[in-house]
Amino acid sequence: MAEENKTYTIPIGPVHVGLKEPITAWLQVDGERIVDVRIRPGAIHRGIEYMARERNPIQVIYLAERICGICSFAHIVSFVRVVEDATGIPVPPRAKYIRTILLELERIHSHILWAGVACYTLGYDSAFNLGMLLREKVMDVLEAMTGNRVNYGVGTIGGVRRDITPKVAKAINEMLDYYNREFSYFYNVVTEDPIVKARMRNVGVLSKENAIRYCAVGPTARASGLRMDLRWSSPYEAYEDLEVEPVVPQDYLGKVHGDVFDRFFVRVMEVYQSLDIVKKCMDGLPDGPIMHESKPAKLLSLLKEAEGVGQSSIEAPRGDDTHAIKLTKGEENITWWKVRAPTYANAMSWPIMFKDQEIADAPLIINSIDPCISCMERMLVVDEKGSSTMTTKEELIKLCRDKTRRLMHR
Amino acid sequence: MNSLLARVISGFALFCLVIIIALLYEGIDRIVHARMQRRFGPPLLQPFYDVIKLLGKESIVPRRAVRTVFQASPWMAMVLVLVIFLYIPIGSIPPILAGNGDMILILYLLAASAVMMVVGGFASGSPYANVGSQREMVLMMSYELPLALVVLTLAWVVYKKGVPGAPFSLETFVAVPVWKTVGLVGAMGLLALLLALLGVIPAEVGKVPMDIAEAKTEILEGLLTEYSGRNLALFKLTFALRSLAMSALLVPLFFPFSLGKLLGLNGAYFVVIDFLWFWVKVLLVQIVAITIVRTMYGRFKIWQASQFYWFQMGGLALAGMILVSLDVMLF
Repeated sequence: MAEENKTYTIPIGPVHVGLKEPITAWLQVDGERIVDVRIRPGAIHRGIEYMARERNPIQVIYLAERICGICSFAHIVSFVRVVEDATGIPVPPRAKYIRTILLELERIHSHILWAGVACYTLGYDSAFNLGMLLREKVMDVLEAMTGNRVNYGVGTIGGVRRDITPKVAKAINEMLDYYNREFSYFYNVVTEDPIVKARMRNVGVLSKENAIRYCAVGPTARASGLRMDLRWSSPYEAYEDLEVEPVVPQDYLGKVHGDVFDRFFVRVMEVYQSLDIVKKCMDGLPDGPIMHESKPAKLLSLLKEAEGVGQSSIEAPRGDDTHAIKLTKGEENITWWKVRAPTYANAMSWPIMFKDQEIADAPLIINSIDPCISCMERMLVVDEKGSSTMTTKEELIKLCRDKTRRLMHR
Repeated sequence: MNSLLARVISGFALFCLVIIIALLYEGIDRIVHARMQRRFGPPLLQPFYDVIKLLGKESIVPRRAVRTVFQASPWMAMVLVLVIFLYIPIGSIPPILAGNGDMILILYLLAASAVMMVVGGFASGSPYANVGSQREMVLMMSYELPLALVVLTLAWVVYKKGVPGAPFSLETFVAVPVWKTVGLVGAMGLLALLLALLGVIPAEVGKVPMDIAEAKTEILEGLLTEYSGRNLALFKLTFALRSLAMSALLVPLFFPFSLGKLLGLNGAYFVVIDFLWFWVKVLLVQIVAITIVRTMYGRFKIWQASQFYWFQMGGLALAGMILVSLDVMLF
């Protein structure tokens, strides 16, 4: 008797223990094997870009910070860079270095958090707790430096608002010693564990060709063997003075698998790279002012007179974070602002990674690109009749052009 | 008639005792686990608080669940595990139902209680519980091979060496430690069997690395997904009791050594000391086989766990069997 293969549907999400943020993956499973997957975001759209159009650039800095909890400083830097790009406000060298240090501290914080959560997804709670313990140190340094553990609020147009005092410098140097001493322990515990290797190797594979085709960015692309890193290819801030090499697994392991283990490996190695960059920045920290204009009112009037479009891409912990902005002369508020967070590009690779995997791998694969769903959600189509509609690429492009035209004629 | 009444009363007292000890040991397990992770951990009595709180909560039955089966399976699962303790000798005290059941019955009861959990999962009508139940069944089929090999080999050794008593009875193992009946080769074989049995324990009790059926980051506690309130409290008790039962089964088989005999005590002191000594041994076994293992490792995938039990643990048990057989037949 010919038996039909019966599949059934299991939702991972929208709220799930293994996920940090709400997103739904509808898995069609045959036993434990995933046959098909449909990813449905749309649970936490907040309309941040729209909110920004009723605020002036200085207010939007703090709005941009709240796009993401973990890569908040990356979004700030990206935003202030587009404003600086549009208005031509210069940034003092010391501020550039402080921004770089903060960006790297944030990368350390983000990668250690991710590595811990990946272990938690595997049920390896000891490594998760160890990771959280290690992360405390960088959080302490960030608190000493900025007063906050997340959402530091130190970026401003034309500089930064907090300087590195001798006390903070001491804390940073202590942190560097601490991580050089302690981090290898976590790394060894996880990578030498047979079960972790069995769970991560050859799971969620993204080949180099597919990484190019689906425009993967950041650690996800690097784990597939792509040598791409904005700090290396188009350096910004203090990276111009530093030599940053993209971390790719073939340089260390000799072979690229493009699986979850490689993504883990790349992130761990980037922590070491970031420690190195922070050390170099601390050694070469130039003297001078940290802000181009310290009086907000004066800065605001300067911005009000500005006219132009700015664009900037930086390497956030998860990949390329691109912002674009338009300022109109005589208007206090910004005209429009676009954000393209790295998850937006990386999420396209999910269906490829899910192919022929098991249910047990699903949360790990979703987490493996380090998704930031609230960063990603920029558009939401709400249908009052409640029917589900698919928006095709052509329709999206048309909507995009319509909107651009509308904005041009304002 | 009188002895029946005595058995009922002592059985009831034993049930209360093992429930308290099971929850207490779970508290110790959680604290030791936390300390190994450089955490402070919950208070010792946290499992008691959890169970008491759950007992006071509403028990929700999903609309799509099979109501009677859904409600009955937690009770059945717990009672079946509790009954095991009637057949396990505690220290030098013979089991309450001595002579009426043996190791084969204990294995059946363990399997039956796991089956009841599976049935409860299937009856809850949730896809997560469905996946969890499937996984639990696959896991059961995998770990039965090493488990059966260990038990059969031990019984065979006892039978061949002419140890007094029924070969499958746990009292036989308590009277004469199995280590004393074999030579060096046999002792190596027994060690392999002990390791195989220790390897089976995490799967039997559903703890990391074998908590595949309950994996919370994958399938949201799996077969427990839909359970709440009193039913969940019963399942929590079942899990705690299974940990205790597996450890308590291992102690008479491999570590029956009496502290009272060593100290040369007799009378009431002997019984009390051996009674306490038994629970200390159970705690040590539980910490080694469950707490340390679950701190050290992450979770397997189901086919990896299946492979682990069929090949690695099955092979280990088989090697133990061959070594012990060589010892018995040659020496």
